[in-house]
Amino acid sequence: MSEGNGQAKNGGGLHWVGTRSIRPDGVDKVTGRANFGADFFMPGMLTGRVLRSPHPHARIRSIDASKALALPGVKAVVTCDDMPDIPAEEAFVGEGPMNFRDLSRNCLARGKALYDGHAVAAVAATTAAIAEQALGLIEVDYEVLPHVIDVEAAMRPDAPVLHDDVFTQGVDPAPTRPSNVAKRVQTGHGDLDAGFAAADVVVERHFTTKPVHQGYIEPHACVASVSEDGQTTIWGSSQGHFMIRAYVAKLLAMDISEIRVIPAEIGGGFGGKTLVYLEPVAVLLSRKSGRPVKMVMSREEVFRATGPTSGTAIRVKIGAKKDGTITAAEAECKYQAGGFPGSQVHAAAMTGFACYSLANVRIIGWDVCVNRPRCAAYRAPGAPMAAFAIESTVDEVAEKIGIDPIDLRLKNAAKSNSQSSYGPQFREIGYIETLKAAKEHPHYKAPLGPNQGRGIASGFWFNIGGESSAAINVNEDGTAVVATGSPDIGGSRASMALMAAEVLGIDQARIRPIVADTASIGYTFLTGGSRVTFATGMAVVESAKQVVQQLRERAAKIWDIDVDAVEWKDGEARPAGSNAGRFEPLSLKDLAAMAGKTGGPIIGRSALNAQGAGPGFGTHICDVEIDRETGKVTIVRYTAVQDVGKAIHPSYVEGQIQGGVAQGIGWALNEEYIYGDDGRLQNPGFLDYRMPVASDLPMIDAVMVEVPNPAHPYGARGVGEVPIVPPMAAVANAIYRAGGVRMPDLPMSPPRLLAALDGD
Amino acid sequence: MAKTHVTTTINGEPTEFLCEPQQTLLDVLRDELQLTGTKEGCGSGDCGACSVMVDGRLVCSCLVLGPEVEGRSIDTIEGMAHGEQLHPLQRHFLEDAALQCGVCTPGFLVAAKALLDRNPDPTETEVRFWLAGNLCRCTGYDKIIRAVMNAAAEMRGA
Repeated sequence: MSEGNGQAKNGGGLHWVGTRSIRPDGVDKVTGRANFGADFFMPGMLTGRVLRSPHPHARIRSIDASKALALPGVKAVVTCDDMPDIPAEEAFVGEGPMNFRDLSRNCLARGKALYDGHAVAAVAATTAAIAEQALGLIEVDYEVLPHVIDVEAAMRPDAPVLHDDVFTQGVDPAPTRPSNVAKRVQTGHGDLDAGFAAADVVVERHFTTKPVHQGYIEPHACVASVSEDGQTTIWGSSQGHFMIRAYVAKLLAMDISEIRVIPAEIGGGFGGKTLVYLEPVAVLLSRKSGRPVKMVMSREEVFRATGPTSGTAIRVKIGAKKDGTITAAEAECKYQAGGFPGSQVHAAAMTGFACYSLANVRIIGWDVCVNRPRCAAYRAPGAPMAAFAIESTVDEVAEKIGIDPIDLRLKNAAKSNSQSSYGPQFREIGYIETLKAAKEHPHYKAPLGPNQGRGIASGFWFNIGGESSAAINVNEDGTAVVATGSPDIGGSRASMALMAAEVLGIDQARIRPIVADTASIGYTFLTGGSRVTFATGMAVVESAKQVVQQLRERAAKIWDIDVDAVEWKDGEARPAGSNAGRFEPLSLKDLAAMAGKTGGPIIGRSALNAQGAGPGFGTHICDVEIDRETGKVTIVRYTAVQDVGKAIHPSYVEGQIQGGVAQGIGWALNEEYIYGDDGRLQNPGFLDYRMPVASDLPMIDAVMVEVPNPAHPYGARGVGEVPIVPPMAAVANAIYRAGGVRMPDLPMSPPRLLAALDGD
Repeated sequence: MAKTHVTTTINGEPTEFLCEPQQTLLDVLRDELQLTGTKEGCGSGDCGACSVMVDGRLVCSCLVLGPEVEGRSIDTIEGMAHGEQLHPLQRHFLEDAALQCGVCTPGFLVAAKALLDRNPDPTETEVRFWLAGNLCRCTGYDKIIRAVMNAAAEMRGA
């Protein structure tokens, strides 16, 4: 628990990094003062609302908004006709693929509605009630088309085809007919046939997972204001205000210099706020009405039209020798992309077997369009489903051989300098350390009660670096402002303050970290890929080093000695070498006060493209108790071990691990998108889309293993995504030990488990 | 439609507002009174982000209509701290890192205070079930539960 605020308490020569400081933005968040996406108001502001398709697949013959426009209080209506029809342009941004034409058509449907909830038109009116009323007056003439919801059904030759210009990429020969299969991907190496021939045990299984939503508590929200000269300001919550600026510019064919995006606090994202839904529409409405426009999604809209992650069908085959050596491993992953191509199946193909060092391995992935919302990134996007299938199969291999599941993993574990299953050679990694820590943890040896079982599973995520900018302004009184371009989604301001304090040698409480808007700091890629503490942290450290260099120069000037004869220690300049002791040290505060006389303000700035993000591994231990009468699964104990490189702020690292585990448990046991035969989502609300609540969970023991990442000044690795990868298999494997049934289909909800226990 | 005039007390302050009959208390707090500390997560009473006290009773303000609070007393997150003095729950949420994004935090604090007002010494299970009406997607609840338990212990003088 907390070690209190203010006082440096840490080993390894570090004063601030690794302490549990109070987060600088904390008071605003416990008093209700913090401004989230929906909390911003402007004079004369209109309310925007979106008309959404009630059909899963329909041609839009015409849209008549005349009656809506005639309603008093309605100031603008927009459709795709108000947006440029931009050409297809594929890009890979951060962790996933992005086609800007598709993104445009996802914001406002063009020609066809591709899922229940697809935005078709939008209204701006003086009140929410009038806007709602106006939606009902917009007449859309739909030609309803046959739809397809299931991934394997969508791959059949006779399936309704969503796009007549999607021809499967990555197959030879290239198809001549369009289909729903957008892409085939493959990773791996070696000789599978030889590998399986050498195996003593071969296990082949099929798995399915359902789409799940990121489930952030804050719905998407923004305010857009376009002035008469086209200058556009957007306030809103997202994982990247520079992302909003770039995407709005791209979708609306604007110059980036015309757009300023001011970040609000973000109420959760988990990958789901890495693209735009409302922002371009709000800009169009504001441009057309001449007034600021606020748009806030309802929870139902969030479920029907944003996220989720892919539902999947996955086949896994693993062969191993009696001593536990895995001789061959293959998987085939079919991922739902939603209404537009672009699932995260490539990440699945890369991450699936990444925990293992394998001679013969292959994963084939299929990216498949279905009449569901366009998939968005969700925490380790693409990895958890493949991991569920593969780690469940690994568990069965261990059982068949009669070897402890941790020992089987230790026998085949990826290690530093080994070749990864997806190609490149790993550098310093800590997977084995997580396995050993799990095996030595008291949890692993603790006795189990009746109807209880223990499951093990591991997980991997790449983590990314990327572009970040930071600036540190030393104030006249010796305090400092640290500005970055990274939205703070879970306490990153605290980490930034700690790293800056470490370099500057001043109390972290004297540092004010802020998230600067797009006009006030250099380009910064979005908060995702577990990159902020690593990459933006590096920019902050580099900026702080520049400040220290200037402070030494100022001291050298005052003392009239060479700058090399000045050292910076414990927050003050000291004469060093032959000058040692000749002058009284000058503190940061002293030097800040004299800045005007010694050369002007002291600022440090850094902009970089961080390389060397250290991959992360985790190993989880889960105990469940099953109720044989109802099929209900209770998580009775959970321990998550993870290599975090170096925990800059241990409390928020633990928090990332605990939160990821909770989401994984929800994915395992309850969460799923439920569609009717009519292709409409039946559970677009928190009552029927059942996320874990406090009474569903035990305490989650987060065990941090620290194998430093040499690319980061303090050894940090990304930590946010790994923890959602292992839980589904850990829970499934525990259920097997408790009840004797393998559960290949998620969610492992009470009716499903009951049916399995009853042998149905 | 004519607006309704409502007289109420919010965080101890006499307050009047005009609202449309279909506006919820949550809409009124946020849109008419700019008390945006109370959050909307679902609008259907399932997430607890809009938790407030009405005459000492914990409610989801999205399930109460504006005109219903005529003559009643409402407490929101904005009234929890006294000047610069944070409530022990607020302080422990910070010390125990019980928030990540923070959007559910006001609702949790209001609900947790309602619990401790009636049960100063709850068990972990009691805290978990009392807070089961509040969704948090970031923390896995672990640090929230600890913060409430620690605040309760401090308030009991334990």
